[in-house]
Amino acid sequence: MEILMSILAGILFATGIYNLLQKQILRIVIGTGLISHGAHLFILTMGKLKRGAPPILTEGAENYTDPLPQALILTSIVISFGVTSFLLALSYRAYVLNETDNMELLRGNEND
Amino acid sequence: MIYAVMGPLIATFFIPFLDKWKHRIHTGWFLLPIPFIIFIYFLQFISTELTPVRETYPWIPSLNIHFDLYLDGLSLLFALLISGIGTLVLLYSIYYLDRSEKLGHFYIYLMLFMSAMLGVVLSDNVFVLYTFWEFTSLSSFLLIGYWHHRERSRYGALKSMLITVFGGLSLLGGIILLSMTAETASIRAMIEHKEMIINSPYFPLILVFLFLGAFTKSAQFPFHIWLPDAMEAPTPVSAYLHSATMVKAGIYLIARFSPILAGEPAFFMVVSGIGIITLCWGSFMAVRQTDLKGILAFSTISQLGMIMTMLGFGTKAAVFAAVFHILNHATFKGSLFMVAGIVDHETGTRDIRKLGGLMALMPVSTTLAIFGTFSMAGVPLPFLNGFYSKEMFFDSSLDIGGFGLPFLDALAAAIPYLAVLGSIFTFVYSMYFFFGTFRGRLNINELPKKPHEAPWGMLASPVLLIGGVILIGLFPNVVNEPLLAQTAKAIYGDAIHKHIAFWHGLNTPFYMSMAVVGAGALLAFTRHKWSRVYDLFPEKWSLNRVYDQTVEGIYQFSESVTRGYMNGSLRRYVRLILLAMIAVSFTFLWVTDGFSISNADVSPISLTEVMVAVTMAAAAFGTIYTSNRIAAILILGVVGYGLSILFVIYRAPDLALTQLIVETVTVALFLLAFYHLPELRKIDDHKQERGINVIIAGLFGLLMTAVGISAHSSKWFEPISSYFVETSYTLGGGKNIVNVILVDMRGLDTLFEITVLGIAALAIYGLIKNRRTRE
Repeated sequence: MEILMSILAGILFATGIYNLLQKQILRIVIGTGLISHGAHLFILTMGKLKRGAPPILTEGAENYTDPLPQALILTSIVISFGVTSFLLALSYRAYVLNETDNMELLRGNEND
Repeated sequence: MIYAVMGPLIATFFIPFLDKWKHRIHTGWFLLPIPFIIFIYFLQFISTELTPVRETYPWIPSLNIHFDLYLDGLSLLFALLISGIGTLVLLYSIYYLDRSEKLGHFYIYLMLFMSAMLGVVLSDNVFVLYTFWEFTSLSSFLLIGYWHHRERSRYGALKSMLITVFGGLSLLGGIILLSMTAETASIRAMIEHKEMIINSPYFPLILVFLFLGAFTKSAQFPFHIWLPDAMEAPTPVSAYLHSATMVKAGIYLIARFSPILAGEPAFFMVVSGIGIITLCWGSFMAVRQTDLKGILAFSTISQLGMIMTMLGFGTKAAVFAAVFHILNHATFKGSLFMVAGIVDHETGTRDIRKLGGLMALMPVSTTLAIFGTFSMAGVPLPFLNGFYSKEMFFDSSLDIGGFGLPFLDALAAAIPYLAVLGSIFTFVYSMYFFFGTFRGRLNINELPKKPHEAPWGMLASPVLLIGGVILIGLFPNVVNEPLLAQTAKAIYGDAIHKHIAFWHGLNTPFYMSMAVVGAGALLAFTRHKWSRVYDLFPEKWSLNRVYDQTVEGIYQFSESVTRGYMNGSLRRYVRLILLAMIAVSFTFLWVTDGFSISNADVSPISLTEVMVAVTMAAAAFGTIYTSNRIAAILILGVVGYGLSILFVIYRAPDLALTQLIVETVTVALFLLAFYHLPELRKIDDHKQERGINVIIAGLFGLLMTAVGISAHSSKWFEPISSYFVETSYTLGGGKNIVNVILVDMRGLDTLFEITVLGIAALAIYGLIKNRRTRE
């Protein structure tokens, strides 16, 4: 299953990167979302899957799944939520100011 | 001794506070005691029996670099010059610089320089020496550019820095090679292991690197071009750095390594050859200048060339004469710079074509200038020190040769003639400087200010220096045994005893001096008749032009390179970053043979998981093909919710819960943003662009899969999670291990995470609240 999950993570990365490389700002935001999903799955796969009980101490349980990747991912989910919402606000602002959502047209100017 | 080196540096920390009172007390008065105390401190070392002093402080013990200070005759002479002239220059600057200037900056740079220069001449460790060496370049840059609102100042500062730092870097190369071949970083030890260095295959390279360092610093041909432009600095700086101390650092370096290098034919050829060219070229060009300080700059170049030439000879008489001339040059050139500064200060111009006839108005300055210029010219009078060292130079130039190599012997035979030639022009520009400024017709209307004599405070320093000129001239043997002989001994290796006398009888050096005075006087008074000879040198071929074009070329080249990849397209930058990442990672996997795949330790495959995975993959591709934004976000939601189902299956309840909530809120947020953003469009790239994107995305996905599989298949280390499982309850008091890790064991990380969210929230608020639109 780990191998399959690695492939799925790879697919999520690939589609995410493809979206990231587009011109339209909304596609870029979607791309970052896909990349963070891929990263979470990737980290989870690293810690081996389905070995033992959920990481909550209970009587009688011998093995627990690795809690460390889960802690990392939990942090990451929250952060990527923050990043996504910031990006959305930023793209709104950029659109209002520049009247375009085409990133190829946003190149600054010589005097900046 | 370390306090002497570090004292000025420590003082810089207090200058900003002292600067606040500058309107009541000039900042210079506070700092005046520092170089004076250092001067007194070094004065006590003067004795006929100087035993070298050594102090060691650990600096970077792991690299075997120690802060070694070493004081012998050579260091002592330089330390006295640095602190002595430093005191006088400081005194002079108090009257020269107005209180409305940024005095704090000036004195910080000056003190920095003083420390750096003392460090150069007192350190025994080559790496320490190098560090201080670069500090002198840096402070020189800051001081030349002190009046940074002037374009010429900035140009001069940059030029001096580029040239001296270029030399500094080759010096670094030289000392690294030196310390590797000699297996020590101490100059003392290198001199003891002289044979190892001379016989090493790197010896020619070491020579080249050291020479580049020394020649750029001491403004030797063809690197001399920075010194005339450095004259944009305030005059106290020119008097201090660019005549008496910093430009002599190169001479110090050559002198310091003389015990190792002197006597080698290559050493004589390069040092004396370049030195004599510099002497002739510098003095020849000085006559052409119209700026008082320009004349002095070329004069300094030529005098430095003369000292270099003598060091290149490496004979007893030459080394002694070189040492004597270092001292003499510092006295007369320092005072002449100060006089030039006074003239500039009182008349408002340094253009010799406008000046003239100042003798009647500025009698004291005129007197000072007479002594200074006549001493520089080598006029044979018993109270001018310049004459003594010049005659010793002639004397020593007759006593070289015998190398057995035809080219070197020809050079040795030519040097006396070239020496006379250079000295004739020295005589000419000295006279030109004096008569052009102080004699002749006074054009009071052409001067920006009405000239009058400078205040006494400003005259005090040049008076003291000229006093030195006369005293050394009258009683040269007072400084001989205690100071000069000690210095010469440090350079030559053996004790040198030489009696300095004014009259040696009718011998060749005397005739040479007479020829200089005769021909010099003749040329000086017919100058306007032959000065057209300078027009023969077209501007196009000048070294300045070469420098300017090199710098311009470097600018253009780097700009075209930068423009080549920085075209402003963000997409392009992301592509470049990703490609670099892909290339490096795949190369690493390939080189280390890191990729491995094994299904020995995998969990079983279940149908539910496969279905969820396939759905997720399909949805991920779907985001690319849809051009409806609502559809796109719902499809993205499918991926997110699919992930939370996977979290449930893989026994991560906390993750599943969080993912569900976050995904829901994210979808809501997207919908909110859509209200303001335009509709998604079809991907409308060219085929080529799209192809590149597909390749990059595909490779990156492949990379992540490969890394994931390899990481799973080759577990080299035991997971560290067992620690958390064991201690979750005992240390954290919680049964949910993930929660304990987050809020307890890695509590600080979580705190920062919350901070990040808070900052993001503030930024979002600002972005939305700010209603300003495009002007």
